[in-house]
Amino acid sequence: MVGEDAKNRTGPQLNDLFGRPAGSVEGYKYSKDMMRAASSGLIWDVEHIDMFIEKPKSLVFKTKMAFRGIKDPTERANLMAYLRQFSASPSDIPEAEPTLVARDPDIDPSILALEGDPEYGEYLSGECVTCHQIDGEDEGIPSITGWHIEDFVIALHAYKTGYRPHQVMETIAKRLSEEEIAGLAAYFTSK
Amino acid sequence: MKINRRGFIGTGAAFVAALSAPMVMASNRPKVVVIGGGAGGATAARYLAKDSKGALDVILIEPSKTYYTCFFSNLYIGGVRDFASIGHTYGKLASEYGINIVHDWAIGVDKDARTVSLAGGAQIPYDALVISPGIDFVEGSVAGWDLTSQNAMPHAYKAGSQTQLLKAQIEAMPDGGTFAMVAPPNPYRCPPGPYERVSMVAHLLKQINPTGKILIVDPKEKFSKQGLFEEGWNKHYAGMIERVGPDFGGANVEVRPDAMEIVIDGDVEKVDVCNVIPAQKAGNIAQIAGITNDAGWAPVTAHDMKSKMDNNIYVLGDSSAQGDMPKSGFSANSQAKVCSMAIRAALTGSKAFPAKFSNTCWSLIDTDDGVKVGASYEATDEKIAKTSGFVSKTGEDAAQRKQNYEESVGWYEGIVADMFG
Repeated sequence: MVGEDAKNRTGPQLNDLFGRPAGSVEGYKYSKDMMRAASSGLIWDVEHIDMFIEKPKSLVFKTKMAFRGIKDPTERANLMAYLRQFSASPSDIPEAEPTLVARDPDIDPSILALEGDPEYGEYLSGECVTCHQIDGEDEGIPSITGWHIEDFVIALHAYKTGYRPHQVMETIAKRLSEEEIAGLAAYFTSK
Repeated sequence: MKINRRGFIGTGAAFVAALSAPMVMASNRPKVVVIGGGAGGATAARYLAKDSKGALDVILIEPSKTYYTCFFSNLYIGGVRDFASIGHTYGKLASEYGINIVHDWAIGVDKDARTVSLAGGAQIPYDALVISPGIDFVEGSVAGWDLTSQNAMPHAYKAGSQTQLLKAQIEAMPDGGTFAMVAPPNPYRCPPGPYERVSMVAHLLKQINPTGKILIVDPKEKFSKQGLFEEGWNKHYAGMIERVGPDFGGANVEVRPDAMEIVIDGDVEKVDVCNVIPAQKAGNIAQIAGITNDAGWAPVTAHDMKSKMDNNIYVLGDSSAQGDMPKSGFSANSQAKVCSMAIRAALTGSKAFPAKFSNTCWSLIDTDDGVKVGASYEATDEKIAKTSGFVSKTGEDAAQRKQNYEESVGWYEGIVADMFG
């Protein structure tokens, strides 16, 4: 809910959303993954809100929001323009009517279109499964099996560019090439 | 009808031949023998068997039937985990991966005949040999201490009964007594390990013996995650921990196990528990195999973990001298995957991919106060070289530290599944 008297329901209330740290609304019980993102330092600035509503899973693995995302940038901009009316200090938000917000990481469609080599992915996956369990167990460390290929690529990309914060994942993703990310996505999607 | 004896024998012989056919085939498969069932060896055996899909005959030689991980053994000392939770068996590697598990000691390697001899008397032939025995101690590195003193002054640096003994001694310490640790010189297994142990001992003492003291005698000027540990010790265990570095004689130490005394630069200290972690070298079998250098470690090429001294031998983990990676279970596990890929390529002609390595070490300072350090690495012609890394920061908030700890618990489950199936 948003506006005067907004309460936490399925999701937390969205007043003063812009600039607030993730997972910080009092009295709302966040998902484990959102709290993980929060302690990694996720802040709801305009870029991150935009990325989240475009594809929630690309920023936070599992949340309480059963929502696949909004593809159309104008629709997202309109939604954010509406939400910002309920934020007291939207200092980091463009004054003009937000239309298209450049999203970082800007993934080139050719990257998403890369056909991954699952055999290479299987070899590379050795590095992942020291922590992420291949049977999908997710205690303490999220599951990375059975994802949609595109979600997987976007998420690793966000780590690679440092857009999505996490010390270990940034270190791992930084030196993965586009082909390697595609290979991993192709391998893990079949698990 | 009378059975024709010759016919019967003939049929029998054919029957036996049919039965043994798979075994004949099995013995024709290239044989990889792995010495040591820890983070390096168990992972290598599992990946060799899993990825070769039966094309390799994998034999794992490991004396212990239950393997206790060194990683998280400090958490057992601190009372954060129970002992059973760090013990693992090899049943799945045998039943699900077809690995031949031999519980015996490897006591010799004949590099020309390509055989490993076992304490039980057997000779095992190999096409490729993986040596991953962890560490052994340098004799005489702590004056007054040898393996016969390990009951009076445990090292607890190979997990198992030593770890249980050390914990029992700490629990039996008199009120206000002193726990001393003789810390090892570089390089050694698990750089933050001694200091995580101090944290966990302090955690335990705070609950059962709050006036107890901890004395670290350290030959090193600096140690891993020092700022993080010292910040944590001040915060959680103020006044409990004292460290004597080399500038105050930390490198000039003698122990007297019978009297429970340590002599630091000539000054005698009476202590109640003494954890002696001696200087280290590659596991003895590496030296017996003749693949170690003057410093006691086994040099390897970074691309495949192959010994620089023998073309059919590979060395993993703590025993290897590989370059920039710390000696850790995570590193050994990471190296094992590169190595098994290279061995498969050499013996079965499977695709070889470029080597990639990584490591993260989590340490627990107090309940929900976890820190981490990590890096990724690549193979150069000279060594395994660090490409980038990170370390937790001092002053981080409690949520981040709790997340680090939860992550480490997830990692533990992940790595033991990766080792033991």
